[in-house]
Amino acid sequence: MTRMIFSGYGGQGVLTLGEIVATIAMKKGKHVTWMPSYGPEMRGGTANCAVIISDKVIGSPIVLSNIDILVAMNQPSVDKFLPLVSPGGLAMVNSSIVTDKVKSDNVDILEIDATNIAVQVGNLRVANMVMLAGFLKNTDLFNLDDITDVLEQRFEGSRSKDLIPLNIKAIQAGMA
Amino acid sequence: MKVLMKGNDAISEAAIQAGCKAFFGYPITPQNEIPEYMSRKMEASGGVFVQAESEVGAINMIYGAASAGVRCMTTSSSPGMALKQEGISYICGANLPCVIVNVARCGPGLGGILPAQSDYFQSTRGGGNGDYYMPVFAPSTVQECWDLVFHAFDVADKYRTPTLILLEGLLGQMMEPLEMTKRPPVTVDKSWCTDGNADKRPRNVVTSLSLYAEVLEQMNIDRFKVYEEITKNELMVENSVKDGDTVAIVAYGTPSRIALNAIEELAAEGINAGLIRPITLWPYPYEVFQNLPSSVEHILVAELSMGQMVEDVRLGVEGKYPVHFYGRTGGSIFEPSEIAAKVREIVKGAK
Repeated sequence: MTRMIFSGYGGQGVLTLGEIVATIAMKKGKHVTWMPSYGPEMRGGTANCAVIISDKVIGSPIVLSNIDILVAMNQPSVDKFLPLVSPGGLAMVNSSIVTDKVKSDNVDILEIDATNIAVQVGNLRVANMVMLAGFLKNTDLFNLDDITDVLEQRFEGSRSKDLIPLNIKAIQAGMA
Repeated sequence: MKVLMKGNDAISEAAIQAGCKAFFGYPITPQNEIPEYMSRKMEASGGVFVQAESEVGAINMIYGAASAGVRCMTTSSSPGMALKQEGISYICGANLPCVIVNVARCGPGLGGILPAQSDYFQSTRGGGNGDYYMPVFAPSTVQECWDLVFHAFDVADKYRTPTLILLEGLLGQMMEPLEMTKRPPVTVDKSWCTDGNADKRPRNVVTSLSLYAEVLEQMNIDRFKVYEEITKNELMVENSVKDGDTVAIVAYGTPSRIALNAIEELAAEGINAGLIRPITLWPYPYEVFQNLPSSVEHILVAELSMGQMVEDVRLGVEGKYPVHFYGRTGGSIFEPSEIAAKVREIVKGAK
C-alpha cells in the first residue's frame, strides 16, 4: 500500500496531480482512493488531496499519518505534512517556492525546481506536471507512457488536448 | 472499463441511467456536484433540471413530478434536508415514489460542511409529522453509491414510497474506481398517476389530505402493511463476524471502512473482531444481533455522531451483550487507531 499527500496553494494543480496518479494506478488494476480536503478553503489558501494505492481493498481513504510519499508545492505544505511522513518515506518539494532548505533525518527529500522549470517550458501552470518527474526518478509506480495514456484519455475531444505535448515536455524537463 | 469518479458524480450519472427524468435541487455543500452534473446532463437525456428557489420548493416540485408518474430525484445536505421534511411527510402521505439523497454534513443548525452521521434519527424515524418511514440506504463505496441509486428507484416504484440515500460528505467528495454497470429498471404499473386522463378514464387524485378518521386510519394501517413487506424483502446488511471473534463492531458508511483497518490492526495483536455493516438503516437489520457466534462478548458501535444508530443496536441486542459506543462529531473523523484503542479498552476491562 502506498499512502500519498499532494499539497499546495489552490491553483497549483495538486488535486489534478493526485487524480492523474490515482487514474494511472487504477488502469494498472490497483485499488485506489482519492480524497480531497474539502474544509472551508479559500482562493489562494492551501489545498490537498490524499491518494491511496493498494493491492487490497482499501478501508479508510483518509491519510492523516504514515505518509509514504508527500508532494509539497509550497511552504505551508512542508510545515504541515513533512512531520507526518513515515521514516524512509519520500518528500518531493517544489524548491522554486519553498526556498528554505528542507531537512529531515529519516525522510528522503527530493527538491524539484518545478515552478521555474514550468515557466521555462512555457506555462507556469504545468508546475504540477514537473513534479511527476520525481515519481519517474524515485519510484517504480509508473512510467512516462502511463502518464501520456492517461492525459490523452482525460483530454480526449477537449481543446486542452493541444496542451498534452507541453505537459510531457514539462515532465521531461523535470527529469533532466 | 472502470472510471475514477466522485461519489456525488456517480449518484448523478446513475440516476440518469436509472431513468430519472426530473431533478430539482438547491445548492448546499457538500452535495453541489450533483446539481452541477444534473444541470449539464439532464436536458440531453430528455429530462428536466430546475434549480428551485429553496429546498422547500425543490421537494414540492418532486411531489408534482412524482404525482405525474415520472422518476424524479432531489438531493441536499443536512440543514437542507431539515427544510424538506414537510414535503417528505406529504409525499409519504400521498404514497409517491421518488429518490432523495442526503450528502450529510455536521450539525445541528447550519453546523459545518465537514462529514457527519448525525442525521440518522432524522432519516430513520421520519423527520416530518405523522406515522411514516422510508427505506434508507447507506453506501460505503463509490461503487455502492452507483448500485444503490438504481435500487432506490426500483424500491420506490415497487412500494410507492420515497427512498433515501444517506452518505457522509466524505463519500460524496472522494473518488474511487467505478464500474458503470447497467441494469434495466423494474417497470411498475403507475395507473394511479395524474398525467392527464383526456376524458378516457376516471380522474386520479393525489393528496395527503384525509379528514375522516376511519378512512385515514385504514390508510395508515395499509401503509404499515407495505412497511412490513419492505422489512421482509428489502433488508440489507453485511456481516463478517465469524466464530472466534470476541467483539462485533457495528458501523455504516465511511466509518465501516475505518473499522476494517482497526480490525486488521487488532488481529495483528491477537484480538479478534468482526464487522456488522447495515446497508439499510430503515428497515434495520435487528435480527443480525440474535444470531452472532457464541464467541462474541461485546458490541461496539462507531458513528460520526454523539450516538444515534447505537439505539437501534440496543433494540436489536435486547440486553444480550454490553453495547459500547465510540463517536466523533463536528466534522472530526476517527482514525482506525482510535477504534482499535476503544476495543482494547473494552476487552481489557472485561478481564
